[in-house]
Formats: sequence, structure tokens, C-alpha cells
Amino acid sequence: MTPEIAIAIFLTIATAATPLLIAALGELVVERSGVLNLGVEGMMVMGAVTGFGAAQITGSAYLGLLAAIICGALFSLLFGVLTLSLATNQVATGLSLTLLGLGASGMIGENFIGLPGIKLKAIEIPLLSDIPVIGRLLFAQDLIFYISILLTIAIWYFVFKTRAGLTLRSVGDNHTSAHALGINVLKVRYLAVMFGGACAGLAGAHLSLVYTPQWTENMTAGRGWIALALVVFASWRPLRIVAGAYLFGAVTIAQFHAQAQGVAIPSQLLSSLPYIATIIVLVLISTNKRMTMKNTPASLGKPFVPDR
Amino acid sequence: MKKITKTILGAAAATLFASSAMAADAKACFIYVGPIGDFGWSYQHHQGLLAVEEAYGDKVETAYLESVPEGADAERAIERFARSGCNIIFTTSFGYMDPTNKVAAKFPDVKFEHATGYKRDTENVATYSSKFYQGRYIQGQIAAKLSEKGEAGYIGSFPIPEVVRGINSFMLGAQSVNPDFKVKVVWANTWFDPGKEADAAKSLIDQGVDIITQHTDSTAPMQVAEERGIKAFGQASDMIEFGKKTQLTAIIDDWAPYYVERVGAVLDGTWKSQDVWHGLAEGNVVMAEYANMPDDVAAMAKETEEKIKSGELEPFTGPITKQDGSEWLAEGDKADIGTMLGMNFYIKGVDDKLPQ
Repeated sequence: MTPEIAIAIFLTIATAATPLLIAALGELVVERSGVLNLGVEGMMVMGAVTGFGAAQITGSAYLGLLAAIICGALFSLLFGVLTLSLATNQVATGLSLTLLGLGASGMIGENFIGLPGIKLKAIEIPLLSDIPVIGRLLFAQDLIFYISILLTIAIWYFVFKTRAGLTLRSVGDNHTSAHALGINVLKVRYLAVMFGGACAGLAGAHLSLVYTPQWTENMTAGRGWIALALVVFASWRPLRIVAGAYLFGAVTIAQFHAQAQGVAIPSQLLSSLPYIATIIVLVLISTNKRMTMKNTPASLGKPFVPDR
Repeated sequence: MKKITKTILGAAAATLFASSAMAADAKACFIYVGPIGDFGWSYQHHQGLLAVEEAYGDKVETAYLESVPEGADAERAIERFARSGCNIIFTTSFGYMDPTNKVAAKFPDVKFEHATGYKRDTENVATYSSKFYQGRYIQGQIAAKLSEKGEAGYIGSFPIPEVVRGINSFMLGAQSVNPDFKVKVVWANTWFDPGKEADAAKSLIDQGVDIITQHTDSTAPMQVAEERGIKAFGQASDMIEFGKKTQLTAIIDDWAPYYVERVGAVLDGTWKSQDVWHGLAEGNVVMAEYANMPDDVAAMAKETEEKIKSGELEPFTGPITKQDGSEWLAEGDKADIGTMLGMNFYIKGVDDKLPQ
């Protein structure tokens, strides 16, 4: 394998992994606050259509990104009001958010079908991008790739190294105690949910502005669900999400290369490899009781109604 | 023969739209397997519905259901249409075959039209399909003329007869120009996932192919080809907007003439059960403009198209050898329709093991 092909393959993997990474990071913060939002797919697809539409109308892919982030946050606010203020069932509300997103995006995007999109340009960082191999891999990518890396580090630092992060985790682990300590549980959860929505919106915009610059209904094709699985896969730790997202991307791309090389393994089996790999890791993690207990937010999915 | 996968949410996402023309003479109803916004299979069927509205105006009322999963949900959807006063119901995916026939037996006065199937259990069921493989033969010839590497990349959806027939026809066309032509096949195992289709296209290009063709529904592979500066063929719709410098031609599904004709037959009372397999000659399969190629190649493609239309050329005409070296068709023999519709083997020269 020549270096050129290796670089090309890595870039393909990075493109496949980035939307999963961003959406999963957002959901991690949401779940760390004790809220389970199954609406990632719906928020992503809303971000995809908004990002595409805003880019078409304004002519700027960057404004598209911004619009997608805002749209994702606002859309998740709907989930927030229902599950936090009205204390509805989080699983049912999350699922309906996905259904609503898929339907509404189809309606909004009706006029965008068949239009070629505006692709977000790669940004070459001066000097750094001239480093052989590494420069092309890491410093000549699009803005969302850089954001995904910075976001990973920032969230890791926030969750584990800051006081605010500790507050977030305490709310997720025991909302009653947090409430007793004077922490505004609902406020923390609202912010977390909206952050998760913004990330899902951005991940959606990556699909319609970088991955495949176009709008087609249901174009997320289940990536929101994979992001949800990645959060558990990573046992709610940001750096493991990077590993999970890139592993998933790598296996997806590797199986296409294996097929093209004529490897005599049935293609159905190759196609299911990324999912099989995820399941194996999930099993390995869940057998380690101490690890799971330590990292799973204890109040995950439980509604909190403050007594006056 | 399309669309095996559905999202788990498809059932719930299926939505009913019905126009409310009051004094129509007939009501034509359509059931789609995907969203009308897929810019592929279901989108093209919906264009047929719009053509029916255009042709008959207030005389015909229309209704459609999109994203209807194949299986039990389909039966409910078809039956709902049959009860709601539809005179003719088009069920536009292979997996609707048994539900369509089951409901048809209960509603003898309603006409049913099932796309790409072969069962007509009662007299009120007709079946129809298109010979997309004719277009693939032309694409194979173009690819063999233009590829410098003598090799094309082929993105398949599922290894079902329709797709296998397409690959074989593509190879027969290519071999008529270059007997040593090769094809790399990758299976995406999905009809519609723009991201995955793009990944498949990138992987093929990274492996060195300089022309790709697809039997999946999104425009993503075309965009990737445009970005990487190679050539590609469009699928189901004219995708030239996604590959101005890239699309050589595209196989366009045009269901409009058939739908207009059949709804017309209901209006004037001449509708009868039938089985049609239309192609280039009837205008059911249309080739997009031959672009981004030298004039002599375009001329060759047009000539082949004319020959297929006139019946002078049939892609599946012997001698044809199967992949394992056994003879399938002797010199001058033509494939029988049963083998064509159930094709589950490669012809010689396809360098891929058919997933079983």
C-alpha cells in the first residue's frame, strides 16, 4: 500500500467517523446529566436539512453550519420542555422526537431535493499542513473535523476537571442529593439537553455539507442510533468515544476495500462487521461490573420533579 | 424488485396524503416503499402520479402512501386504500407481491397493479416492470471504451436477480468492446444510505478504478466521482446536476406513460390483467444525454440504443458462458424470461463471488 492510498483511506475513515463522534459527544453530556434523549436521529436529520437549506439560501456553508447548530438546540428544547418541565417519559418522548424530525425534515426539504449542495471547503493550516503525511491527515481538513477533535478534548476536560463538570455529573448520579445541595437540577439538564441538540445539529450538517453535500429524506440513515450506542460503548467517557467512532468508521471502510480486493468472505458478513465489533466491545464492557457501575450515570432516564 | 430494507421506524413514519377532488370519475392510488424525496426509485414513481394528475386533471383523484414497509404493514395499507374508494392501486415494490394478491382477492372490483412482481392470482391484478438492464448494456460499452485501466467499479445494493442481471448486462456490453474488461463489485447491502454509498465509491476509487456505476439509489457516488475527477453513471434519475463533468449517462425510470395509459384504461373501462416488461423501446427506460465523452463513443452508444429499441440487439443473446465456465446460451439463443427474472449467477468475466 502506497502512502497516498493510506492517506486517502484515513481521510475516508475520518469523514465517516466525524458525524458519529460529534453526535455521540453531545449525547454523552446529556446522559451525564441523567437524561436519556433517544431523539438524536431526529435532531441530526433536522440539522442536516437546516444546514443544507441555510447554505443554499445564503450561499455560505458556514452560515449553514450555524443554522444547523441553532436548529438542533431549539429542536432539543422541545424535548427538554416535555421531559424536564412536564416530566414525561424520556424514552417515549425521545422516540417521538426522532419520528417528528424525520417527518418534518422531509416536509421542509421538499424543495431541496435534486439540488447539488455547497461543500464546506477544507482549511489548510499554514506550515502544519506541510508536514509530510501527518500534515495531510490532520491539518488539511474541514472545519467540522477540527471542531470534533477540539470538542473531544474540551468535553473531557469539562466533565472531569472542572467544577461545572462535577456539578453535571452529580446531577446525573443523584438528582435528589444535588437538589438538596442547592444545585438547580432542571437548569443543568436544560443546558445539557440543548448542548446535545446543538451537537446533533452540527453532526447532521456534516452529512449535508461535507460527507454528501446534498439533501435527501432520511439521509442520516440510522447514524443517530449508532451515536447512541457509541455512548454506552464508550462507557460515558469522551476519549473512548473517539476510539469507538473511528473503529466503526475503519471497519466500514475496510470491508469495502476487502470486497473490492475480492476477499472471499460473504459481503453480508463484511457489512455487519462494524455492528458485530460494537456488540463484542459492549459485552466485554458490561461483564466488567466495577467499570460499568463507576461510569453509568445512576439517575439516567429518571424524571426529576423537585418538591417545593 | 427493489427495496428490501426499511428503517424500523418506517411503519410509524408512513403518512397518508390524499387530495380532495370531489367529483372525480376515478381514483388512482399509489403505495411507495421509500420517501418521495429519495430522488431515486420512489421519487420516479411519484413523478408518474404527477403525470396522471396532469393528464386527467379533475377527472382523476389521486392518493399515495410513502415509506410503507414490505410485509404485514403493506397489506393493511393496501386494504385501507381498497376500502377508501380507490379504483386502481399501484403497489410499487417487489415485496408487496403477496399482500397485493391477498387484498385483490377480497376486492374484485378494484384494479391492482404490482411493480416488478410475477404473481397474478386473480383477474384484477396486473404486473409491470422495466428492462433497466438494456441501459446497463449501453453503459458497459461506454465504460469499456473510456476506461484507461480496463476496469469499472460497480456499487451493488443487494444480490437479488434484478441487480445481478444488471451486472451481467453491463459486462456483456463491456465485453463486446473489450473482451478482457474487468469489474470490481462491492455490495453496500442497502438501497439508500448516502454516506455508505459515498464510502463505497471512495473505496473503489482508492483501489484505482476510473469509472464507477451504481445500483443504489442516492446521488452520493456521483458526487464523489465528480470530486475525485473520474466518470460515473447515474441511477434511476438524471443526476447530471450532481456531476456536470462526470455523468456519462443515466438510466432513468419513466413510469409516467404506463401510469397514464393504465389509469386511462380504467376511465374508459378497457382495463385488463396483463404482464408487461417494457424497456427502451416503449419509453419506460430512458437514457440521459450522453455527455462527457468523445463524439465517436456517444455515436456508438446512440447506435446501440437504437438497435435495442428496434429489437435488432438483445443483450442476453448467446453465446454466453457462465462464470464457472459452463455454457448457458448457445450461439444465437435468447434467454428465457424465467431465467432472466430469477437470475442468480454471473457470466464469465465477472471477478466477484456472488453472495448467496
